[in-house]
Amino acid sequence: MGLVARHVEAAGVPTLCMSSALDITRSVNPPRAAFLDFPLGHTTGKPNQPELQRKILADALSSFEAMTVPGSVRALPYRWSDDEGWKDRAFAEGDERKPRHDTPQYQDEEDRRRAEAGGSPSCPVCRS
Amino acid sequence: MAPVDYIPRIRDNYARLGYKPYNWVANADPPPWTPLSKPLSECRLGLVASGGIYATGQVAFHYKDDISTREIPADVDIQELRATHFAYDVSDARKDPNVVFPVDPLRRLVREGFLGSLASRFHTFMGGIYSARRVTEEIAPLLAARFREDGVDAVLLVPV
Repeated sequence: MGLVARHVEAAGVPTLCMSSALDITRSVNPPRAAFLDFPLGHTTGKPNQPELQRKILADALSSFEAMTVPGSVRALPYRWSDDEGWKDRAFAEGDERKPRHDTPQYQDEEDRRRAEAGGSPSCPVCRS
Repeated sequence: MAPVDYIPRIRDNYARLGYKPYNWVANADPPPWTPLSKPLSECRLGLVASGGIYATGQVAFHYKDDISTREIPADVDIQELRATHFAYDVSDARKDPNVVFPVDPLRRLVREGFLGSLASRFHTFMGGIYSARRVTEEIAPLLAARFREDGVDAVLLVPV
C-alpha cells in the first residue's frame, strides 16, 4: 500500500498510510504513516469497539496536520493486550494461507447468488 | 515488547513452503510530499483499503494474483460489507469491517466536524499482490486517477 501512497502523493494528493507492520512500512517508506501495534487484520482497531476505533482514526488523521518531514512514522499509543504473546505467535508456525483459487471467494453463498443475479438492489455500483 | 519483525518471519515462512525469496520493496529515496492544502476540518477524505472488502452483490476477489478493485459507495450499509482474503484471518473483519475498512469512525469524525467530508465512493482491493511492478504500474495509477475524479483533498490508505 505504501507504493500506492507514494504514487498518489506524487500526483498531488497528500496521503496517510495506516500500518500494522512497522518494518515493512519503513522499507517501502511512504510519505506519512501511523503505526498501530495490533495483530494483522486489525489495521484500524478492535471489532465492535467504536470509541477505540474513533480515537485511533482521529489520532492517525491528525498526522496530516502535525507531520512536516517526508517518511515520518507515528507510533499510536494503543496496545492490543497486556499480554503480548500474540507477537511471538505471528507467523511462528507459518501463516495459514488459503489455496490460490482463481474463482471468486465469497464470504457466503448468498453473496454468490446476488453477484450472479447482477448485483444488490440497494447498491447502485455493485452492478458493474 | 518491540513490534513484530515481519520481513524475516515471512522470509522464513516462504523458505519453508519452498517459494522463491520475496524481493521486499526498499525505497531509500525520500518519499514524495504534498502538504495539506486546507485544515482537516475542511478536507474531503478519500479511502482505499486492501483487506479484501467487497459489498454483497459485487463479485468477490479471487486468490490468484487478483489485482482488481471495487468501488464502495460512501453511504454503504455496513451490514452489506464482506471480507475475503487468502493471507490473513478475516474473522474479526467479518464481525466488524471497521477493523480494516473504517467507515463508521470516519463518518463520525465528519459529524463531529473533525473532518470536512468523505468522498462519494471508496476503493478496495485485495493485498498480498506478489508483483510490486503490477502494483506500481497498474493499481497505483488507476487509484490516483480515481482520487482525482473524486476531488479529494487527502487520502487514507488502510493495508492489512
